[in-house]
Amino acid sequence: MLKEGELRIPSGCAISGIIDKKGNRFSGGEIIKSIALMHERSNGLGGGFAAYGIYPQYKELYAFHIFYDSLSVKTQVEDFLTKHFEIESAGNIPTKSVPNIKDQPLIWRYFVSPRIYMSKEEIIDEDEFTSRCVIKINKEYIGAYVFSSGKNMGTFKGVGYPEDIGEFFMLDRYEAYMWTAHGRFPTNTPGWWGGSHPFTMLNWSVVHNGEISSYDANRRFVEMFGYRCTLQTDTEVITYLFDLLVRKHKMPMDKAIKVVASPFWDNIERENKKTQNELKSIRAVYANALINGPFSIILGCQKGMVALNDRIKLRSMVAAEKGDRTYVASEESAIKIICDNPDRIWSPKGGEAIIALLECENK
Amino acid sequence: MKTINALDVHYRKLNDSIDSAIKVDKSITLNNVFGQRYIGRGLPKGVKIKIHGIPGNDMSAYMGGAKIEVLGNAQDAIGNTMNSGRIIIHGRCGDTLGYAMRGGEIYVEGNVGYRVGIHMKEYKDMKPLIVIGGKAGDFLGEYMAGGSIILLGLNLAEGEEIVGRFCATGIHGGKIYINGNPDKYKFGKEVEKVSLTDEDTAFLKKHIALYAKFFKKDLSHLKLEYFSKYMTVNKNPYSNMYCSN
Repeated sequence: MLKEGELRIPSGCAISGIIDKKGNRFSGGEIIKSIALMHERSNGLGGGFAAYGIYPQYKELYAFHIFYDSLSVKTQVEDFLTKHFEIESAGNIPTKSVPNIKDQPLIWRYFVSPRIYMSKEEIIDEDEFTSRCVIKINKEYIGAYVFSSGKNMGTFKGVGYPEDIGEFFMLDRYEAYMWTAHGRFPTNTPGWWGGSHPFTMLNWSVVHNGEISSYDANRRFVEMFGYRCTLQTDTEVITYLFDLLVRKHKMPMDKAIKVVASPFWDNIERENKKTQNELKSIRAVYANALINGPFSIILGCQKGMVALNDRIKLRSMVAAEKGDRTYVASEESAIKIICDNPDRIWSPKGGEAIIALLECENK
Repeated sequence: MKTINALDVHYRKLNDSIDSAIKVDKSITLNNVFGQRYIGRGLPKGVKIKIHGIPGNDMSAYMGGAKIEVLGNAQDAIGNTMNSGRIIIHGRCGDTLGYAMRGGEIYVEGNVGYRVGIHMKEYKDMKPLIVIGGKAGDFLGEYMAGGSIILLGLNLAEGEEIVGRFCATGIHGGKIYINGNPDKYKFGKEVEKVSLTDEDTAFLKKHIALYAKFFKKDLSHLKLEYFSKYMTVNKNPYSNMYCSN
């Protein structure tokens, strides 16, 4: 079978996210119920979840989740990992047999700390070292794919309906303070385990409903900074854009949002002089990081959750708040099924981000 | 009146049970609706459905005369290509409400999302109508070809705008009535503001009274002279696009 990056099939999706801003952890059962309600938006060719706060016992270590096509590539990648990382713990990610989930790869998890002194290049920080290693594995080791590489977080995904993938990974047994989920209706690429959402890099994760027409401009832009888009899919490039803007360029989140969903020029003209200058600079410097086309995304990061629509809202998105929790989903019913009587429920405007951050230090 | 519990029922099964139920009793109540699609699709005159919960996308698609009342919010593409009948939503509503609507009436108590009334159209006595109690998002009446939209903008918070940008972009028929006088930049270039005629005033009066009745509100404070009316600049602009006639 041709994989992601080798084939394009031109052609919707479901997304859902929940965060407890106080950092209280809750099981994956709720997010599964939410995404399962939007079953009709997926077609069984991809489902996945990102969970933050699930590995408190290893919170200082990077948690690698890796798909392997064969034992031989596993041996090669483990050889690379041993050279570059101290492996604190390694093992299968526990799964259970679910009738609709077939042809799964080998699914392994490693808790590691980087041997940064192994790097021959100039001093780089641990995150940079780790992300370079992840990019290297995904690019050079055919048949291996690191699909999660953050700290105290993890991605769980595969080919199938999201509710089946959730059951397969037994996510009701994990507890997180933030969950995001995706039900896939693959449009440009065939369904493949690694190609399912969320896409992650370090602590970043993105679930996405839409189609980015600026993909190639965005790809060329991030590749100038060392990223390698190996999957030809728009969600991967969004993940790298945020990693670049916020981690590497140290841009505050609200500015990064203005980069990817910048206001129209005529809207900028109606702002005051100071804001005009700022927005014009952003559009000039980061022209190639503007995301165009229909999208609704939920971005997960260490600090919390950000949900964003394209500027003219070509994909649906509803947000709600109740107590310490913020909810976002493609459909209102997917929120109401797990949260009756929210304090507030609304449809965000196009280009207007829902930013729900942890109010405490990373738990 | 037959009551159906929709909890955990797949949309196909739910719509099948509605089809069987109306053969016996044309009045139905649905409880615990959570996002099931296509409720009321194609249903004829005489059928009345009361929905408790959140009906899913494309509710009342191609509806042919039924009356649907939603006691809750609704999602996207409600009234898609509907032909006739009436929808009353006691809540807010998502995007593309009244998508390509051909006839009938939709009343929404609260706010509506983007692209409401996109490409609604009219033919002879089939004139669709959407009445919105709250505010509307961008692209209200985009590519509108007929029918009417009435936007009341009730209970807006400080700084909240009654309508988004790109209103009536590509309009080539129909009328939009807005309670107020939004800035010109919010409208497409194909639209112009025109004065209300006596006929318009009577039309507004009638449908505002119906809105007040459906949602049990006192709207006696609304002043019709504050309403603006928007129509296409030119009639039938594309008549010579493919052949001259």
